[in-house]
Amino acid sequence: MDSIYNDLNAPHSMGTTIIGVTYDGGVVLGADSRTSTGMYVANRASDKITQLTDNVYICRSGSAADSQVLSDYVRYYLHQHTIQLGQPATVKVAANLVRMVSYNNKNMLQTGLIVGGWDKYEGGKIYGIPLGGTLLEQPFTIGGSGSSYLYGFFDQVWKEGMTQDEAEKLVVKAVSLAIARDGASGGVVRTVTINKDGVSRKFFPGNTLPLWHEELEAKDSLLDGLSAASPEPMVS
Amino acid sequence: MSSIGTGYDLSVTTFSPDGRVFQIEYAAKAVDNSGTVVAIKCKDGIVMGVEKLIASKMLLPGSNRRIHSVHHNSGMAVAGLAADGRQIVTRAKSEATNYERVYGEAIPVKELAERVASYVHLCTLYWWLRPFGCGVIVGGYDRDGPQLYMIEPSGISYRYFGAAIGKGRQGAKTEIEKLKLSEMTCRQGVIEVARIIYGVHDEAKDKAFELELSWVCDESNRQHEKVPENLLEEAKVAAKAALEEMDAD
Repeated sequence: MDSIYNDLNAPHSMGTTIIGVTYDGGVVLGADSRTSTGMYVANRASDKITQLTDNVYICRSGSAADSQVLSDYVRYYLHQHTIQLGQPATVKVAANLVRMVSYNNKNMLQTGLIVGGWDKYEGGKIYGIPLGGTLLEQPFTIGGSGSSYLYGFFDQVWKEGMTQDEAEKLVVKAVSLAIARDGASGGVVRTVTINKDGVSRKFFPGNTLPLWHEELEAKDSLLDGLSAASPEPMVS
Repeated sequence: MSSIGTGYDLSVTTFSPDGRVFQIEYAAKAVDNSGTVVAIKCKDGIVMGVEKLIASKMLLPGSNRRIHSVHHNSGMAVAGLAADGRQIVTRAKSEATNYERVYGEAIPVKELAERVASYVHLCTLYWWLRPFGCGVIVGGYDRDGPQLYMIEPSGISYRYFGAAIGKGRQGAKTEIEKLKLSEMTCRQGVIEVARIIYGVHDEAKDKAFELELSWVCDESNRQHEKVPENLLEEAKVAAKAALEEMDAD
């Protein structure tokens, strides 16, 4: 049998489900909170939605280390850019910087990212930056291992111009569906909503999330089965 | 008012006792002796015009351009030493493409002006370089609207709604101040700039000149380009007529 300590020293990876959607007036970013090293859950309440600037946030998936370092670099570049520009950076510029770092280091990095935010020129925008360093602006996008289970769901449920409430509910429902099916996603659901009025973080602990066909009747003891009445004999 | 440097003007890295760097001031004189450059910010864009003094009758019309496009939405008009100007324009173009490559969007005019000014200033800091002998007007239209910046040989850069450099700048500035720029469209602005340049041109001292006009405005789809032929002709005709009217008084 392999050493049971293998898992503890395996690289931290975020199995993850991450989502970014635009709504009428801004964006909602959502993520689960499981960070795993192999089969061991290293952090069951991690925060995968990281701040880049006051108005731009990034959802991280894949290698935890790679995505953290990348975010740190981009936050540093954006800080300098904001000073030079004299006004907040746009979401597009933030996404381009993330793409630059991701593409130029594609041989060394393994991280899929979603950049979302609000600026006064374009409003709420979502950009998907998957593994190789492609940049694609989309009305909504999903990422991480749990996202595989959400493509059909979004095809059916997505519509343009939702309200903030509709968008937040959609994101929470989607993440919780993915958590139900993906072993590498779990924990709590975190959302970040960004619009012209600023940023608002929400937190949904596991017990507030809906159950999806996991209802089984509670049993006190397996012996209950023995005291149940025998089936009626079949009489011809 | 031009004082002789007497020993403090031999190098750009020497201050005079009264705190001036004479080499930079002499560089500015090179700009003052060149053909006039006029630029205005109208409510829907920028218009730039140059009085291009023709040295020889054998020059092909349209050669030795003094107004250059730096990026699709910004341009630069140069006054002073032409070769120095070319160097600055090349640098500006490279800054613009570099910015777009890194940040994924067209360089904001403010940023472009700052980078060019920084480069011009750089050449006033070392004894083995000489200051640029040209002043540059940067006009562009970005998402914050049309903007106009002027950069002097010292590296100073300010934002203007109307600017003029070169021989006839005093007269040109007076004329610009009379205009109501905030109510003017670029179409009207083109006529005005042509009129001003024809007005300040000194017939006695300089013989022939060619008028170069460019704009970047809503009508040109926010692209920096030469003013269309027919509008250019219309402006020249109106300018000559205004000149005759003045002479007739």
